[in-house]
Amino acid sequence: MSTTVQSPPPGTGEHTVAPLPPGTRLRGPTALGDDPRRLLRLTWTLAATDFKLRFFGSVLGYLWQLMRPLMLFGILYTVFTQFLDFAGPEKYYGVSLLLGIVLYNFFGEATGGAVKSILVREQLVRKIDFPRLAVPLSIVLQALFNLALNLVPVLVFLIAAGGRPRLSWLVLPLLVVVLAVMALGLAMLLSSLYVRYRDIEPIWDVVLQALFYASPILYTVESIRQKAGDTTVQLLLVLNPFAAIMQQGKHVFIDPSHPATMSLVGNSALVLVPLVIILALFAIGYRVFVREAPRIAEDL
Amino acid sequence: MSAAPRVIAVDRVSKRFRLPQERVHTLKERALHPLRQPGYEQLNALRNISFDVGKGEFFGIVGRNGSGKSTLLKCLASIYRVDQGAIYVDGRMSTFIELGVGFNPDLAARDNVMINATMLGLSSREARRRFDQILDFAELHDFVDLKLKNYSSGMMVRLAFSVAIQVDADILLIDEVLAVGDAAFQQKCFDEFVRIRKSGVTVMLVTHDMSSVERFCDRALLLEHGRLADIGDTARIGTRYLELNFSSDARAAEQTAAADEETGELAQPPAAGIEPEAAQPVAEPTRYGDGRAEMLDAWFQDDKGSRTDVLHGGRPAAFCMRVLFAEHVEDPVFGVSLRTTMGDHVLAANSQDLPPAGAFAPGDEVVVRIAFDNILAPGRYEASPAVAQLGIGLAWLDYRPGWVSVVVAGMHATGGALVDIPFELAIERQSGAGVAAARGT
Repeated sequence: MSTTVQSPPPGTGEHTVAPLPPGTRLRGPTALGDDPRRLLRLTWTLAATDFKLRFFGSVLGYLWQLMRPLMLFGILYTVFTQFLDFAGPEKYYGVSLLLGIVLYNFFGEATGGAVKSILVREQLVRKIDFPRLAVPLSIVLQALFNLALNLVPVLVFLIAAGGRPRLSWLVLPLLVVVLAVMALGLAMLLSSLYVRYRDIEPIWDVVLQALFYASPILYTVESIRQKAGDTTVQLLLVLNPFAAIMQQGKHVFIDPSHPATMSLVGNSALVLVPLVIILALFAIGYRVFVREAPRIAEDL
Repeated sequence: MSAAPRVIAVDRVSKRFRLPQERVHTLKERALHPLRQPGYEQLNALRNISFDVGKGEFFGIVGRNGSGKSTLLKCLASIYRVDQGAIYVDGRMSTFIELGVGFNPDLAARDNVMINATMLGLSSREARRRFDQILDFAELHDFVDLKLKNYSSGMMVRLAFSVAIQVDADILLIDEVLAVGDAAFQQKCFDEFVRIRKSGVTVMLVTHDMSSVERFCDRALLLEHGRLADIGDTARIGTRYLELNFSSDARAAEQTAAADEETGELAQPPAAGIEPEAAQPVAEPTRYGDGRAEMLDAWFQDDKGSRTDVLHGGRPAAFCMRVLFAEHVEDPVFGVSLRTTMGDHVLAANSQDLPPAGAFAPGDEVVVRIAFDNILAPGRYEASPAVAQLGIGLAWLDYRPGWVSVVVAGMHATGGALVDIPFELAIERQSGAGVAAARGT
C-alpha cells in the first residue's frame, strides 16, 4: 500500500469540473418532484398509514371515526331543538345539522391537520428527497377518507327521516371536490408558513372556530333573513366560500326546500365570488408552497 | 479525471446557512417590529467544492465533525438546494442517510417494509415482488408479523438495511451505516457491498471512520471547514485526515486557508467549535532540572529530515533536541522516552550505554538526534526528553515530561497492538507439494 505523501492539491478555487449533460443537473428538493407517480404513491402511503394507525389498538377502532361527529351532533341537536328552538318548522333540521358538522369536520381536519404536518414529518423531510407536496396532500387525502366514512350515517339519517334518492345527489361529490380544492390550498399555505411562523397554529384554531358560527350549520340562512329583515347579512354570509358550498350541499342533498346558493345571491354574478376566493386561495397556497419547498428542510 | 464515464460532477458548489441570531418565530414579533431585519450569521457549510466521480467507483467523503460532509451529502441527495454551483448526477441515485425512514413502531414489519420501500422509491408492485428477498437478507422471516416496537434495535437495523439494499440504483449514497448488526450480519453487508461494487454501481460513502474508507474506497475526498482539503487515493487522504485530527498545526493551516477565502465576509466562527484535542495544551507541563543545561527545542523528523508532527508508520524517523549548556558539564546523558496517550511506555532511548559524551562548556549548544525505525502503531505519542548526569543517583539537568507530542499515521491495522513489528507469515501445506507464503507489513 503506497503511503507516498504528495503536496496538497492546488487551491480548489481554480479547480473546475466539466458539467455533465444539462438534464442530469440536480434541482434540489421541490414541491412536486420529477415523477408525478411518485408523488401520488407517497401521498397515498402516508395517508393510508396514518389512517390505519389512527385507530390502531383502540377497542372500537374505526367506529370512533363515526362516533365523534355523531356525538357532537347529539349534543348540538339536543340543545338547539329542545332548549332553543332553532329548528323551527324545518323538515330536515337534524340531517342538515349532521351534514354541516361532517363537512366542517372534514375542513377542520384537512386544514388544521396540515398546519403542523411538515414538522410532524420532520424525519422524512430531513432525511430523504421526496416531493414535499406529498405531506399536506396526504393530510387532505386522509381527511377525505374520513369524510367518505362519515357521510354514511348522514345518508342513513336522511333515508330514515324520509329523504329519497334524487338525481341532484350526484352534485354532492362535485361540491366535495371544490371543498377539497379550497382545503388543499389552505393546507399548502398553512403548512409551509408554519415552518417559519409558529403562531399560525393558534390563529388558525380561532379562524376555524369563527368559521363554524359564520356558516349555516346550526342555523339556516332563512332564519337569518327573518331576523335581519333584509338580505344583506344573508348575502355576506353566502359569499363565504365554505358557507356557499354548505348551503348548496343542503340544497342538492338534503332537500330542495333549502334555497340554492345561486338564489340566495339573487341569481347574480355574485355567485362567482366564493368560487374566485377558492381559486385564489389555491393559487396562493400553491405558489407559497412551491416557493418554500426547496428550503423547508433547512428552515425546520 | 477517471477513465470510466463520469456519473457525478460537482462544480464549484457552495452552501451557506443563515443562522438567525434572534429568530423571529412568531407573527406577533414580525408585526411589532416590521422594520427590524433579524440579524443573521452566515455559516459557510460548503465553499467552492469541485470534484467528480466515475462510474463504478467507490468514493469516500471524509472529514471531522462539522467539516461539512453531511451538508455535502444532503446536497448530493437533493435534500438541500445548493446556493452556488451545480451538481450533476447521471443515473438513479438512492440515499441511505438514515436507515428505516418512515418506520413506524406500531406497525408490523410487513407493513413497515412496504412503507419504507415506497419512501425509497420503489413502486408497491416492485416492493411486493422483493418482499421475500428483503426478509431473506434480513433473516427475519419468523418475525414478519411482529410489531416493530418489539424488535431489538439490531433486528430493526437489519430490516432497514435489507430494504435499502433492494432499491435498484446506479449510485448509492451511504452515510455511516456500515457498522450495523452483529458480526455475522456485518460480514453479510460487506459481501453485499463487494457484490454491488462488482455490478458496476457507483458508491459514495460518507464517514469519519477512515478504516472503512480504507477497506472499501478507491478514492476519497477530505473536507475541512467546508473546503475541499484534499482528494486522491485513500492512503494519502487517510494520512491527511489523521494530521487534521491530531495536529493542531495542520488544523491551523486549514483554518487560515479557510479564512483567507473569507475576505470581506463575516468572521467565521470556528467550525462547529468542537476541538477537544486543542483544549488540552500539550506544551508547558512540569519541568525538572537544576538548570545547568536547558533544552531549547525538541521535535520529530521524518525520513526526509524535515520537522513534522505526523510520522508515517513503517519508515525511519528521528527525535531531535537542541540543548544549551549554562555551566560546565561532564559526560551528560541525553535521552527520550515515548509513551502512548494511555501511558504505555514504548521507547526509552538514551546515551547511557554509549561512550561518554565528553565535557561541555557554558554556552555550548548541541543538537542531539535519536533515529529509530518507526514501527509504532498509529496514534498519538508523547515524548519526554531529558538531559541528565549519572552520579550516585540520577541528576536531572533538564527533564520535560510529555513536552512534545507526535502522531503516527498508518494505514496498517495493528489490531490493537502497540507496535507494528515487521513479520513474515508462511503457510506450509503438509499434505500436498504446494507451499504458499505471504509477507506482512
